[in-house]
Amino acid sequence: MKTTDQRAWLLVVPVVVCVAFSAVLPLMTVMNYSVQDIISPQRRVFVGTEWFVAVMRDSELHDALIRQILFSLAVLLIQVPLGIALALSMPASGWRASAVLVLVAISLLIPWNVVGTIWQIFGRTDIGLLGASLAALGFDYNYTGDPLDAWLTVLVMDVWHWTPLVALLCYAGLRAIPDAYYQAARIDGASPFAVFRYIQLPKLHGVLMIAVLLRFMDSFMIYTEPFVLTGGGPGNATTFLSQYLTQKAVGQFDLGPAAAFSLIYFLIILLLCFVLYNWMLRVGQGDAAHRAAHG
Amino acid sequence: MELVLERVEKRVGAQTHLYPFDLRLVPRAVTILLGATQAGKTSLMRLMAGLDAPSKGRVLADGEDVTGRPVRKRNVAMVYQQFINYPSMTVAENIASPLRLRGERDVAARVAELASRLHIDAFLDRLPSELSGGQQQRVALARALAKRSPLMLLDEPLVNLDYKLREELRDELSQLFATGESTVVYATTEPTEALMLRGHTAVLDAGELLQYGPTAQVFHRPRSIRVARAFSDPPMNLLAGTEAVLGARADRSLTIGVRAAALRVEQRPGDVAIPGRVELAEISGSDTFVHVDTAVGGLVAQLPGVHAFGLGETITLYLDPAQVYVFDANGDLLAAPAQATGEQA
Amino acid sequence: MARIDLDLAHSYLPDPREQDDFALLPLKLSFVDGGAYALLGPSGCGKTTMLNIVSGLVTPSHGTVRFDGRDVTQASPQQRNIAQVFQFPVIYDTMTVAGNLAFPLRNRGVPRERIRQRVGQIAEMLEMSELLDVRAAGLAADTKQKISLGRGLVREDVSAVLFDEPLTVIDPQLKWQLRRQLKRIHQELKLTLVYVTHDQVEALTFAEQVIVMTRGRVVQIGNAAQLFERPEHSFVGYFIGSPGMNFLPARWHDGSIEVDGHRLGAGPDPQRLASAGEFTLGVRPEYVRLAAPEAPGALPVQVEKTQDVGTYGLLTTRRGDALIRARVDVADPLPAVGERLWLQMIGPHTCYYRNEELIAP
Repeated sequence: MKTTDQRAWLLVVPVVVCVAFSAVLPLMTVMNYSVQDIISPQRRVFVGTEWFVAVMRDSELHDALIRQILFSLAVLLIQVPLGIALALSMPASGWRASAVLVLVAISLLIPWNVVGTIWQIFGRTDIGLLGASLAALGFDYNYTGDPLDAWLTVLVMDVWHWTPLVALLCYAGLRAIPDAYYQAARIDGASPFAVFRYIQLPKLHGVLMIAVLLRFMDSFMIYTEPFVLTGGGPGNATTFLSQYLTQKAVGQFDLGPAAAFSLIYFLIILLLCFVLYNWMLRVGQGDAAHRAAHG
Repeated sequence: MELVLERVEKRVGAQTHLYPFDLRLVPRAVTILLGATQAGKTSLMRLMAGLDAPSKGRVLADGEDVTGRPVRKRNVAMVYQQFINYPSMTVAENIASPLRLRGERDVAARVAELASRLHIDAFLDRLPSELSGGQQQRVALARALAKRSPLMLLDEPLVNLDYKLREELRDELSQLFATGESTVVYATTEPTEALMLRGHTAVLDAGELLQYGPTAQVFHRPRSIRVARAFSDPPMNLLAGTEAVLGARADRSLTIGVRAAALRVEQRPGDVAIPGRVELAEISGSDTFVHVDTAVGGLVAQLPGVHAFGLGETITLYLDPAQVYVFDANGDLLAAPAQATGEQA
Repeated sequence: MARIDLDLAHSYLPDPREQDDFALLPLKLSFVDGGAYALLGPSGCGKTTMLNIVSGLVTPSHGTVRFDGRDVTQASPQQRNIAQVFQFPVIYDTMTVAGNLAFPLRNRGVPRERIRQRVGQIAEMLEMSELLDVRAAGLAADTKQKISLGRGLVREDVSAVLFDEPLTVIDPQLKWQLRRQLKRIHQELKLTLVYVTHDQVEALTFAEQVIVMTRGRVVQIGNAAQLFERPEHSFVGYFIGSPGMNFLPARWHDGSIEVDGHRLGAGPDPQRLASAGEFTLGVRPEYVRLAAPEAPGALPVQVEKTQDVGTYGLLTTRRGDALIRARVDVADPLPAVGERLWLQMIGPHTCYYRNEELIAP
């Protein structure tokens, strides 16, 4: 429908300006840098695809990529089922529902670097509750020295931080299921597991799609929390892709390769999201195809 | 408003929602769009309102071509199935909103007049969520009437209401429409509603406009079997053209249509007898519907009053041969019973 | 199959005092084993609450529910072996039609061969045999509703099948088919069926006994003929019949019934009417006939509107402040608007009400 009042477009201008400054212009700059060798701000040499080739051949990058993929997979495998389980156990209505919602959402409100700091202290064996308890129980826990401990701590931190998001999305999805389905299931004598498998899970499909995509994208880009917690260590055990990129760009001031890398990074996420989205859509569209065939 | 649709067609992707047709609505009268769900009534209404543009053809309002014009630029009022009102405004503000947009001066008086016409004057200060379904729909109607548009569209407005409430509101609607200011288009799936509202009826089936004319005429002289089936409740009985019913003119390619009410259990001179067995009897208080299994197929008879029938009981149905509809091999009407109608007011 | 006895009242408030506080005023009802019942009434009358109490989804605040004499008031729907069909089709999207029908049996551990047999039997009865392997999610509303119904029927030990306005989403043409199938199912399976609706045609055609309710109260229980011919409460006269009963204010004056100043004769029970003094005269449009001028019991009226409703004609006439509707044969020519007629008001089908209750005949 056409609007009759063109002045409405003026309301959009401020947003366009902000987006241009914070996203479009920087993107163009990055694309510019990615094809140049920046020796100093005054001296730049056009090198074409040299940086892209170099980045693709970088073995450290390959390692970081593998670490990142493992991390994202672990995140999805833990957080999605846990979030669903949490949503199922949250009360549906009344004052208890509001109280639980607030409690669950608290970890989402904490600034990300503070999250890192909290867990950094939490995990210390001298003053941290977790570290001290584990040490008291006899575990040799040291997230600054042992790679496995560092991995587990980062993982647990992310689960603590972000599972509530999945839980809240699923909670909203569950509320949208009409009561009659549950009543019918009770009457049919369905066990709670059957109710979950045949009613709740199918009806959560749309919500889960959103939750999985969001968690995947965010975990693939994760930077602040692991950086604050472990600094990427010990060694580069918890150096994920974004940290590696930042090290290159800011630490080493290798703007050319960093720019090329960030473009590749962007394309990787785009590709993986596209694949994931289509796969999930096709699972849900099994219905639509049948609908068309049988009317 | 005189609304004319010329060679209008609506296609969405590979699906045809409306096959090409011409329709010239009788101005300042009620036109009923009758058809099953998915027959195309809502698609047609949206074309009339300007919410959608036709894939082909033109829409003319009072001679002017408005085909591409969006609904905001046309003067149309619409009432939906789902009691749509502005939820944060009171009833009075809801009714006043179109008046204010037009810059009318005596808003309060007009709101009071419309509220009393629709019997919601006691609720002027309430929010729509505090009212019952029927009252909410009255508010929506009042708002539509306040607009005083030359074209008023109602898409099955009573379908979500209780049966008795529907009856009452339908009576009120016929009175409201009788003032004759706007051209009214009313969509429904129930043949009885069309007959109660009278006016003119357009019968739609699977995207095709089958017939348009004065309601009683379309009912008593359906152009084809499809119209006859769409416009009868209970469904019209269809039999092959046998000698028993038609006598010497019998022709197996013909189809006979008999309305349920034309079948009787008392014999009158000249009646044709159709023996059979009772399959099912349904009593609705004022009528009894008997489903009978006969040599010419399953028939449904509507008998006035309450009759008790046992399952499997033998029964003979009687039919006055002058009361049959005859359809040819293509399904088009050849002959219909003579009617002694003369309805007014 | 079970006999269901209700002796209860229900309120959603913790301490109900007045009539308005109750969703269901105290009642005592019995559903006979194998009977078909309808709960009929407008929205908010309590019929869905009553249905949910019978099924076990709601526990009554006062009183008991008994199945075959056993107190099941606290029992769950599962324990009561109830089947329920809801207003909109409830099906398991991920399963086929056969899977849906088999679900209640699988949950009870019925052997697979028996399941297949039973599913086939029920699908045959509901004319769905060709659809057994189709995915349920893609089907039309009326087929889905049949699946819901089938899931209720497939259990052999089901005590009662309850319907909560099941034909709401179905087209008028398809409603006929479904109603016929429901009736056939009742005749073949002889289950106790309870059907909630606000549509009187559905209620009267389906049920052997209709329970008419309004505002939490049961006003009359009877079959179609009883409710139609002799409504015990003016609400029943109004609610049943399309259009409903005509009501005229009347009084007893000088040995005769008088309506709007016109004398109509003594009526069937002069004593009762005389002691009532003022009452309401009720007669259905189906029984209002045209009468000869000055005929005893006839009222002069003026025609306001005539309608050809296809299978009958409807006259709307006026006498003073009251509107009187009459149903006439469509074969007869309709009178003209403004014409003055005489309508037979007093007859064997005329009922008399005082304070909404039937006082005569």
